[in-house]
Amino acid sequence: MTEVATLSENWRFRRPVGTRWRLGAAVVGAFACLPIAALVTIASQGSEGLWPHMFTHVLPSALHQTLILLVGVGLVVAVIGTTTAWLVSAYDFPGRSILDWALLLPLAVPTYIVAYAYLDILHPVGAVQGLIRDVLGYQSPREFRLPDIRSIWACILLLGLVLYPYVYLTTRAMFLTQAANVVEVSRTLGTDQRAVFFRVALPLARPAIAIGLSLALMETLNDIGASEFLGVKTLTVSIYTTWVTRNDLPAAAQIALAMLVIVVLLILLERYSRRNQRYAAGAQRPRALVPTPLRGLPGFAACLFCLVPVLLGFVAPAAYLLVEAFGRYQFAGISPRIWSEIVNTVSISALATAFILGCGCFLACSQRSQPGRVTSVAARASTLGYAVPGTVLALGLLVPIGLFDRSVARVSADLFGSSVGLVLLGSGTALILAYTARFMGIATGGMEAGMARIPASLDQAARMLGQTQAGVFRTVHLPLTRPALVSAGLLVFVDCMKELPATLLLRPLNFETLATHLYGEAARGTYEEASVAALLIVAIGILPVIVLSKVGRTRSREASLAATPSSELDSQPSR
Amino acid sequence: MRSPSPHLELRAVTRRFALVAALQDVSLEVARGQIVCLAGHSGCGKSTLLRVIAGLDRPDAGAALINGHVVSGKGIHVEPEHRRVGFMFQDYALFPHLSVTDNVLFGLRSLERKEAHKRSDEIVGRLRIHHLVNRFPHMLSGGEQQRVALARALAPRPDLLLMDEPFSNLDRDLRDAVRLETLGLLRELGTTVIMVTHDPEEALSAGDRVVLMRRGHVEQSGTGAELYDRPNSAYAAEFFSAFNKLPGRCRNGFVDTPLGRFPAAGVSEGQDGLVYVRPRDLQLRPQGQGAQATVLDHELRGEVEQVRVTVAAHLPPLVVRSSARLIVSAGQEIGLSADPQRVLVFPASA
Repeated sequence: MTEVATLSENWRFRRPVGTRWRLGAAVVGAFACLPIAALVTIASQGSEGLWPHMFTHVLPSALHQTLILLVGVGLVVAVIGTTTAWLVSAYDFPGRSILDWALLLPLAVPTYIVAYAYLDILHPVGAVQGLIRDVLGYQSPREFRLPDIRSIWACILLLGLVLYPYVYLTTRAMFLTQAANVVEVSRTLGTDQRAVFFRVALPLARPAIAIGLSLALMETLNDIGASEFLGVKTLTVSIYTTWVTRNDLPAAAQIALAMLVIVVLLILLERYSRRNQRYAAGAQRPRALVPTPLRGLPGFAACLFCLVPVLLGFVAPAAYLLVEAFGRYQFAGISPRIWSEIVNTVSISALATAFILGCGCFLACSQRSQPGRVTSVAARASTLGYAVPGTVLALGLLVPIGLFDRSVARVSADLFGSSVGLVLLGSGTALILAYTARFMGIATGGMEAGMARIPASLDQAARMLGQTQAGVFRTVHLPLTRPALVSAGLLVFVDCMKELPATLLLRPLNFETLATHLYGEAARGTYEEASVAALLIVAIGILPVIVLSKVGRTRSREASLAATPSSELDSQPSR
Repeated sequence: MRSPSPHLELRAVTRRFALVAALQDVSLEVARGQIVCLAGHSGCGKSTLLRVIAGLDRPDAGAALINGHVVSGKGIHVEPEHRRVGFMFQDYALFPHLSVTDNVLFGLRSLERKEAHKRSDEIVGRLRIHHLVNRFPHMLSGGEQQRVALARALAPRPDLLLMDEPFSNLDRDLRDAVRLETLGLLRELGTTVIMVTHDPEEALSAGDRVVLMRRGHVEQSGTGAELYDRPNSAYAAEFFSAFNKLPGRCRNGFVDTPLGRFPAAGVSEGQDGLVYVRPRDLQLRPQGQGAQATVLDHELRGEVEQVRVTVAAHLPPLVVRSSARLIVSAGQEIGLSADPQRVLVFPASA
């Protein structure tokens, strides 16, 4: 058209920027899928003769142990999580207001730390057994000792004690936002308060329980420390030993694939439970249950029931660590080694967090500005890593990263005559990439949730007032999603800091974090400075628990605030 | 000399969503300084059209030209931020994290700080909202938010302003006053305005021109009086007012109804037609004059009185409205007539 030629300078023409957003999103999404794709490739390269050996000797027992662990932990977390959530939501008893958030505290204790602590607490010559012997009048462990803690049953119990908060959190939120109306209706229909739990609350909470359960079981699969310290040969432990001890990558990859099958089942469970959630939520204005007061013995019993998981899952191990770390500090101060590990842990976690938040923001933003298949698939792919156990993920990343490192080394050797070494693995970049693949979903999800609350007209208004798409993100989205960004950042940071399995496998030589230090000492059976490292991890781990407890408390209020403008819009005459 | 190009021109703009054509070959010219109302029921494509003009949406075919330059067309898309077009949203879309001043300043980034503040003070003064400048959007009433949104849209001095249902969120009493004031200001500034509305009264009264849309195409366009008095379709007629409808077959160029014969323009011979009569255009007469009718009920509605009458058992009752006092009672036999000049006839199938 001739008009194109006569354009005045006022008009700045640009190629559509949409492709850039889509391309970027595709790259990030592809990166998230990389570990699994690599894993499939490595596994398929395994030697033919090895698989039968694996199939008959390694896999059945590891699978068996893992399944027992999953079923056991599932039962423990479902019972503790659901019951405590219902007690705290439906009843008022002494200590309820504190237990309401204290029940989340065990989340601050990683599985490998709870196992580490209890190994020592319940050691035959440890404090608890000593006390029991004193009371019963025995002199030495040879005369009386409790059954060895190093068993699958102890592992189930300990993992359950620190993982039940996942179920508690989701179920409690469900009771807070959804339960009031149906519970009240069922009361008017003649159901008594106790029967309400089984007839109404439990069926209502089933999706929430399943979501919490699937998260708890993913953590169980991910765990490497607790099961190893307690002598349980799970799939994760088998992968680690097959790779590190036997140096057999294809075999490890094959076990990892078997593990991915379980992961897929867990994801399906989670997706299946969520399928109706969007219809359920928002159907009614959320209103909290009015708790029934419990006095006397029932009140005391409810309090005790909620108190026990907090005591065993948090207070006991934390107090133990506090005492041990203080003793260590008085004995030797804080060694330079711990200081350097703190620096390592914080700096690598901070770098990873910044990178992960960048990826998450980019994905959420590209999905908003360029809605379509590419961006939404990329955003979903970014959450994949959260379900994949760290060991599996590290295994999947190691090969492509190693390939990259070797090619760079070769090229630099050819060009400059000197090798640069392993660029990604040696610098810790590999670790950051692994954290990114694993925790990107938290950032994407958090940013998506934050952005979903911003009406699309704000974006358009900003565009009409002269902002580019990136400018809209800077001037509108970023300020309005700051709370979401901060809490996502905190969750990611703490998760990176606590991360053990991938860190063990991908860290540079002689690079120790607090978590790997603890693992090393516990694996050797030496109890020296690990208590200091563990205490630091638990202390920082409390931060996201504070955030989560606030989310739980303000959700109902926020939800009702958020519901107001939209319901006003809905009630407008639509002609 | 070439005649100056229209401020805005749309050439056969088409936009499809999945299977639905939200816009189908829409062509439109808007002269500088004109105020145009885009009217139609929800889903007719009026908001999509506005978004295409703004550059928030891209047409699948056709072109949009501003001041004679293509801004949307084959292979060309000027991003919304480069079109110098103002947009006012139905929900006002005020930035909740910014004060009123910062909202107004948002579009003035390209100016120097001092100049931007001068400009913002000016428009704030003009809209008489100086007392609000330090407040945040959630502290404002609906009417105040509307003014702030207008101030923000006008601050960059767009010469084309698009408004999506700008008054629909206001109370009825406030709405008329705010509309008069807003449009007065826009006329004074000489801004070209395209305003979307679903309110027929607003469409008729607010603009120089009404563009009525239906299912993605322009059904009729013209002045308010033209569309009201001479709608070219039953849809256009019914959008702007309520009608009594009387069926009849066309014979010898006339449609026969219980109210008499009416010239059947637009209905072909032998076809069924519908005669449209506004309630105001029906006159009650003494018994024996005009058609025979029976009063069904009678109610006083303030300014007007409404009587419902039956003319034939197989037809729904007809509504008669009059500002004069009607002294009738239910069951009364009465005469009824319609002014043939003010009656519209459309084919029945449409």
